[in-house]
Amino acid sequence: MSAETVEKAIEKKPAEALLSKRRKKLVSDPLVDDNPITIQVLGICSALAVTTQMKPTLVMAISVIFVVVMSNLVISLMRNTIPSRVRIIVQLAVVATLVTLVSEVLRAFAYDMYKELSVFIGLIITNCIVMGRLEAFALGNKPYDSVLDGFGSALGYSWIILTVAFFRELLGSGSVFGLPIYDTISGLFGPDFKLATNGLMVSPVGAFVILGLIIWVQRTKTGYVEH
Amino acid sequence: MQQSNAYIITFSVILTVVLGLLLSGTSQVLGPLQREAEALDKKKQILGAVISGEEISAMTPQEVNEYYTNRISSIVVDINGKEVSEQGGVAVTAETVDIAKNYKKPADQRLYPVFIYHAEGSADQVESYIFPLYGAGLWDAIWGFIALDTDMNTVGGITLAHAGETPGLGARITEPGVQARYVGKTIFDESGDLVAVEMQKGEGKDYSSQPHQIDGMSGATITGKGVNAMLKDYLGHYEAYIESKKSGAVAAL
Repeated sequence: MSAETVEKAIEKKPAEALLSKRRKKLVSDPLVDDNPITIQVLGICSALAVTTQMKPTLVMAISVIFVVVMSNLVISLMRNTIPSRVRIIVQLAVVATLVTLVSEVLRAFAYDMYKELSVFIGLIITNCIVMGRLEAFALGNKPYDSVLDGFGSALGYSWIILTVAFFRELLGSGSVFGLPIYDTISGLFGPDFKLATNGLMVSPVGAFVILGLIIWVQRTKTGYVEH
Repeated sequence: MQQSNAYIITFSVILTVVLGLLLSGTSQVLGPLQREAEALDKKKQILGAVISGEEISAMTPQEVNEYYTNRISSIVVDINGKEVSEQGGVAVTAETVDIAKNYKKPADQRLYPVFIYHAEGSADQVESYIFPLYGAGLWDAIWGFIALDTDMNTVGGITLAHAGETPGLGARITEPGVQARYVGKTIFDESGDLVAVEMQKGEGKDYSSQPHQIDGMSGATITGKGVNAMLKDYLGHYEAYIESKKSGAVAAL
């Protein structure tokens, strides 16, 4: 990752394609090979807490994508003016402002979601993925690359929490996006047939189990070993 | 690159001012929308005591407002059941009474809103009385609304909400399945004393023959106790009003 922090000499070439191979890698790397949750094990707190249902998880994912992309953009634009001694505070101020904006917008336009996610929107500020990308990438790279990098990382985070939420909602509440899957299935087999939901999946413990399984499956496939 | 102190301070000041303006601007612009959303949410909670959650979530915000205006009238009473129209020179309406703020005052100084659910178009044809509830759960505040039928004894429905009960345990008070357990229970015993409805310890027993007891929530005994205390507390504060409506109903017969 240290190679990323140094601005690359590529800029001297005429003009890099809008989606060159290197830029595609910025987005695709964090999806699997360098996933913030399963490989870097960052942002676990919210991954455990908001994933009981798909809908709030989707809102959370969108919020995180917005915050990471925008903060990467802003910090990258300011990277040459930010005094290095106070850079962490500057990053924090920018991130906190963006998160507050998200929370205010949700409160005005999606009050139910605002109530449900409540404190976890605010906690995006402390999500290590956000600050991690700012420190490791946005401070030393051009705006467009930073946006791609942030988008990739946030997307990597999003698909994992959505997968966790899918299994937790299906197994714990018997539904997906609020659609009663279990009831529909049991309806096919007559009134006496009933699929039992698993209460464990509704509690945070369920998220640990699902997340553990995802990490296990992924690491078996990619052969990743922690050093 | 090492910047001078003056540069750092100037940079910080500019950043703070810009971000501050951005935030306060947003807050100003979105403020009215947010207050609207909050008022709508409260109406949904009140209506939740008399109609099912699915019906409410199927309604558009406009329909909720319309339904509320057509079917709910409200008054504010004091601890003695007397109607209050102003406090300290300021007019009070049930919708603007902040239950959480009133909860901090001594019981005899609080304002008690009553929401009356009536047939469409005629405020006299009362179907049920809805009372707010507020109390403490295990971790944080719990609140809700309870609807009593016109006999002022039978529970017609209840909505419960919480600020921070344990997900999967105490937080289950928001589940329709748990709230449905209250329906049909009575709050006064045979001798006319207020006993409210008590959630029991443990889960899975049948309390259908017990008029004042309901099945508990496994693993959430303390939240259950909080709900019990809140019900008894608030129904107690409304007792004077309830009694006046009861005797009024008898006189009308």
